[in-house]
Amino acid sequence: MTPALQTDGLGKSFGAFKANSEISLTVAQGARHALIGPNGAGKTTFINLLTGVLPPSAGTIHLNGEDISRVSQQGRVRRGMARTYQINQLFPDLTPLETVSLAIAERQGTGARFWSRVGSDSAVIDEAEALLTRMQLGAMMTRRTNTLPYGKQRLLEIALAMACKPKLLLLDEPAAGVPEDERHDVLDSVAALPENVTVLLIEHDMELVFSFADRISVLVQGMLFAEGPVDEIAGDPRVKAVYLGEDAHV
Amino acid sequence: MLTSVPPETRETSAPAAFLNAKAAWRWPEYLFWLSAFALILLLPNRHLLMNEIAILGLFALSLDLILGYAGIVSLGHAAFFGVGAYAAGLLTKYGVTEPVTGLLISGALAGAAGFLASFMILRGTDLTRLMVTLGVALIFHEIANRLDWITGGTDGLLGVAPSAILGRFEFDFTGRTAYVYSLSVTFLLFLAARRIVNSPFGLSLKALKDNRLRAATIGIAPNRRLIAIYTLAAVYAGMAGALLTQTTQFVSLEVLDFSRSADALLVLVIGGSGYLYGGLIGAIAFKLMKDTLSAMTPAYWIFWMGFILVILVLIGRDRLVAGIARPFAPLLRLIGGRRP
Repeated sequence: MTPALQTDGLGKSFGAFKANSEISLTVAQGARHALIGPNGAGKTTFINLLTGVLPPSAGTIHLNGEDISRVSQQGRVRRGMARTYQINQLFPDLTPLETVSLAIAERQGTGARFWSRVGSDSAVIDEAEALLTRMQLGAMMTRRTNTLPYGKQRLLEIALAMACKPKLLLLDEPAAGVPEDERHDVLDSVAALPENVTVLLIEHDMELVFSFADRISVLVQGMLFAEGPVDEIAGDPRVKAVYLGEDAHV
Repeated sequence: MLTSVPPETRETSAPAAFLNAKAAWRWPEYLFWLSAFALILLLPNRHLLMNEIAILGLFALSLDLILGYAGIVSLGHAAFFGVGAYAAGLLTKYGVTEPVTGLLISGALAGAAGFLASFMILRGTDLTRLMVTLGVALIFHEIANRLDWITGGTDGLLGVAPSAILGRFEFDFTGRTAYVYSLSVTFLLFLAARRIVNSPFGLSLKALKDNRLRAATIGIAPNRRLIAIYTLAAVYAGMAGALLTQTTQFVSLEVLDFSRSADALLVLVIGGSGYLYGGLIGAIAFKLMKDTLSAMTPAYWIFWMGFILVILVLIGRDRLVAGIARPFAPLLRLIGGRRP
């Protein structure tokens, strides 16, 4: 079966500094794959390469078998890649309903309509309502986003990505900064993501990684250091040494 | 006439009702436009001033489309006003004397100029945009100055004599036809703008303004949207310029002056941006202030104008509105103004 995501020898250099080098990563269809690594390991650069924010210096990216190395950001979204951000990147003045409707309309190709009302496209609105309800945002969908509790904003991050109907979802530290009492909502929602969506989780939080992922890749100094099933990585002494050593709760 | 409600085939869901309510007409809006049209009869001897207000209002509305909705700052919006003004003048002088035809062509030409200029404002920060738009307007001003054999240069373009509007309504000395004409054009363009900002396209502009990075990651191609709204704003500005030419029957280099761009920005500072009425309300306040102050102190009115603006900005329009006009605050909210 064609992997959902495959990178071959992917690299990015900023001058002499190699932020990513020779990353060959394969994520199977429907996988729950986690990418971990200490600060400065190149995780953010890797996401930027995958989503097309940065052009790669070397290597290729295949999404469901198609070479997307030179495809624009929007092109990758249309081909089924969506991401969330470690620090909320939302539309503070819009409501969650508008936020999600926007992404749905864009996906359906009706986002540039300029002569009809936003509320007149019932297919878009119904889908937005269903998605927001599923993401536990149903009661707050008509409030301005910047008035939502932080945990709810994190949920909206994920809902917004899901509105693009991704085949591959890149989750960048979904629970980062969420207060303890709201944490469960986020973890539950991540766990409840549809099985047919492949998820690549970029995470620091080991509890979340071990409860969620079935495979783990470890990135160290811009290179893939180890990869394998959760138990294997958790038991790998080398990984423990470079990474898990300090903040492992295994 | 105002809104076309599609025949309901199914029951409207609560979220759809919420979105529709956001775009619905509120009574202060009806009141605003009814008053504007009622003034045709109520204030027959102030038509010339009201004509100027309508034109400034339309011009500021056009700036609001890019500033308030797409977050594009501009110090050179007069460039498009000037293109429209000169186009209307030259068209009238050389054969196309019917105003509405001239208006449409002038708007299209200004739109073409806006389309070309839009590629320069796609990238960069607010500061670069301010400089680029300012530079473009200066270039246009100098071109108009140098091409004095077409534009009349510093003497202005004389001999602009538009015929009757649609072949029926002659311009008169009291400015009545002029006001009705400018107000009607402003109203129709306002309706179109209102429709556009409440559309999915309009929503995507607000998203771009709020967070361009995220807008791009949900598949919105920012550049196309920005080019579209910048071009549209240029059409509006050009039509405002054409209205000025046609109703005053004269064009001078003043249409391209820096102060005209700055005035539009001041109008939005006074009236607020991002809810379409800011330009119109601001234009009324700005012109009335200017009119009153220059009547009171002919020599020093600019001082007082500046003084008021400094106070306005330092204290903040929102707080001023809340403080001085607390009773009117709910009214502003009703027409969609930012929480005063």
